[in-house]
Amino acid sequence: MSIAVELREVSRHFGDVRAVDRVSLAIEDGEFFSMLGPSGSGKTTCLRLIGGFDLPTDGRIFLHGEDASDRPPYERDVNTVFQDYALFPHLSVRDNVAYGLRMKGVGRKERRREADAALAQVALGGLGDRHPGQLSGGQRQRVALARALVNRPRVLLLDEPLGALDLKLREQMQVELKGLQRRLGITFVYVTHDQGEALSMSDRVAVFNHGRVEQVDPPRELYVRPRTTFVAGFVGTANVLTGAVARRITGADRPVSIRPERIAFGAAGAGQLGVAGKVVDVQFHGPTSRFEIEAEGVHLAVTLANGDAATDAGRPRPGDAVELSWSPEAMAPLRDSGEGDRAGQGTPVLPGSAVPATSGAAGAATIDERS
Amino acid sequence: MTEADRASATGKPVRPRRRAGDAVSTFFYRRRRLYLWLLLAPPLLWFGVVFVGALLALVWQSTYTFNDFAMQVTPDFTLANYRALFVEANRDIVIRTVAMAASVTIASAMIGFPIAYYMARYTRGAARGLFYVGVMLPMWASYIVKAYAWTMILSKGGIIYWVVDRIGLRGALDGILTLPYVGGSSLSTSNLGRFLVFTYAWLPFMILPMNAAIERVPANLLQASADLGALPWQTFRTVLLPLAFPGVVAGSIFTFSLTLGDYIIPQLVGPPGLYIGMMVNLQQGSVGNLPMAAAFTAVPIVIISIYLWIARRLGAFDAL
Repeated sequence: MSIAVELREVSRHFGDVRAVDRVSLAIEDGEFFSMLGPSGSGKTTCLRLIGGFDLPTDGRIFLHGEDASDRPPYERDVNTVFQDYALFPHLSVRDNVAYGLRMKGVGRKERRREADAALAQVALGGLGDRHPGQLSGGQRQRVALARALVNRPRVLLLDEPLGALDLKLREQMQVELKGLQRRLGITFVYVTHDQGEALSMSDRVAVFNHGRVEQVDPPRELYVRPRTTFVAGFVGTANVLTGAVARRITGADRPVSIRPERIAFGAAGAGQLGVAGKVVDVQFHGPTSRFEIEAEGVHLAVTLANGDAATDAGRPRPGDAVELSWSPEAMAPLRDSGEGDRAGQGTPVLPGSAVPATSGAAGAATIDERS
Repeated sequence: MTEADRASATGKPVRPRRRAGDAVSTFFYRRRRLYLWLLLAPPLLWFGVVFVGALLALVWQSTYTFNDFAMQVTPDFTLANYRALFVEANRDIVIRTVAMAASVTIASAMIGFPIAYYMARYTRGAARGLFYVGVMLPMWASYIVKAYAWTMILSKGGIIYWVVDRIGLRGALDGILTLPYVGGSSLSTSNLGRFLVFTYAWLPFMILPMNAAIERVPANLLQASADLGALPWQTFRTVLLPLAFPGVVAGSIFTFSLTLGDYIIPQLVGPPGLYIGMMVNLQQGSVGNLPMAAAFTAVPIVIISIYLWIARRLGAFDAL
């Protein structure tokens, strides 16, 4: 596999702010690569550096092996799908899609044919004569996609392309985007703050925090083996134990992460770890229920899959005393991400708005992992 | 939730209370259309009577008859005034004025666009404020004073001649001044000088609407254009200019109609020869031929209408 995009020690400073801080990445040809992080983590700036809309303060950027660090956007073989689509309001949909070809001097007839083909590819055939203002959000999204793809770029950059769509449409577009990428074999570099989106679509995910990359891994690896306290908290829900609490409960001298679904009710068996505590709250999330437990000065989250009313009847209720247990392999050892996470000793680190399903609970238990 | 719970959660419960004026507010809340009409009636009346009404009266009066011997206006319908516009002397006045207005407009647009672009795209906060003040400050000074100042600046022995002498370009300047239409015996009596003063005076009226239009063009459209392979000049021609064009049209209407109506600058700077504005002044002031003055005033109205129609056909307002 050859490398499509490579960043070597790339930094971008705005005054004193290090929006991107010594980031090194190698994105393979044909890969669906996501850059995931909260707002202000540097993921979008990174994408803009690859697209050429901004130039790095330091470091080099290579596109297919060539140093493109100082090249303007119009000399880079990449195309971008912008966050709010950036369609030209004064041009028809067809002229929008044909724009790139027109700039490269392709003849009127041919670019019309190509544009119509690209529109058909995103299921918008027949809408070429409309203006962007007459389209729905989802349709504009597809026009933006067609406008980029018609140029047959080797790398497609997508800046939160589904952010403005409602949930149903977003899920549908996720499937379509993934299918399109597989069919065309183009490298996708996909920026998102939605960890669910990143996990479900990507071959690999880079997690950004404070301008730095904390971890680059395939989705499953990222979820099962988070390597830092930040990643554990941002990707999915995790019980992150740090400092003295971690030492007391696990005996180990470093932070650990335990996923809520890996904790069971009941006394610890042979070789297992366990704590005793009290149920504070129970939340119903449809397929699962989430139990908030106060145990030995630690706040833990436990999730159980929901069955029918009869089987779930005997479950603990708020106020009940319970015992919790888990196996040692359920724990992922972590490295400290630095400031901001120390406040979270023994508290479940919830991804703030990233997971709609848990947002109802976030208010009570979220700790300030992003300050 | 009991009353006590609510009080304990938020302190004292706060409820909507009946106040004086509620009845009036409710009356209008349920009659939105009446409310709108009451608000709009005074400005609409003002606009209708003072703007549109006066204009119609003006056009109406341009069809009155002026008796040369009695020097009196009678309300008898005639198109003689409009026919008189096409008499050679009057036609020259129209052509002279329109040619100057067009030149001033084009020059203002070319000078103004980069300034407006820089203001809209590259300045923030205090720097932007400084630009606005810089553009508008000259408009606060009396423009007659400025026009007189320009006669000094452009005269032989003025600062421009002095600078041109110093850098050894006097020959070139004199050469330019021998050109037909443009030249004259000195800068201050040439069409070139008059053009400079007009352009100076009306430039702010071009910059401000253009600035507003450029500001409204989202930056990511320009980035998208570059992303799709457009060179900077292509982005300018195919994205920025079309989207900012309504602002250019608005600015050019100002510069165009201001030049068409002005009667001070042509008197102070430039060669002899009447302008539309001067002719209107003359007809109604010295001669008392109001119908003829009104007919001359119709010229800018017709020209601007044609201009707007063309701009519309070119799609200048499609993106609005």
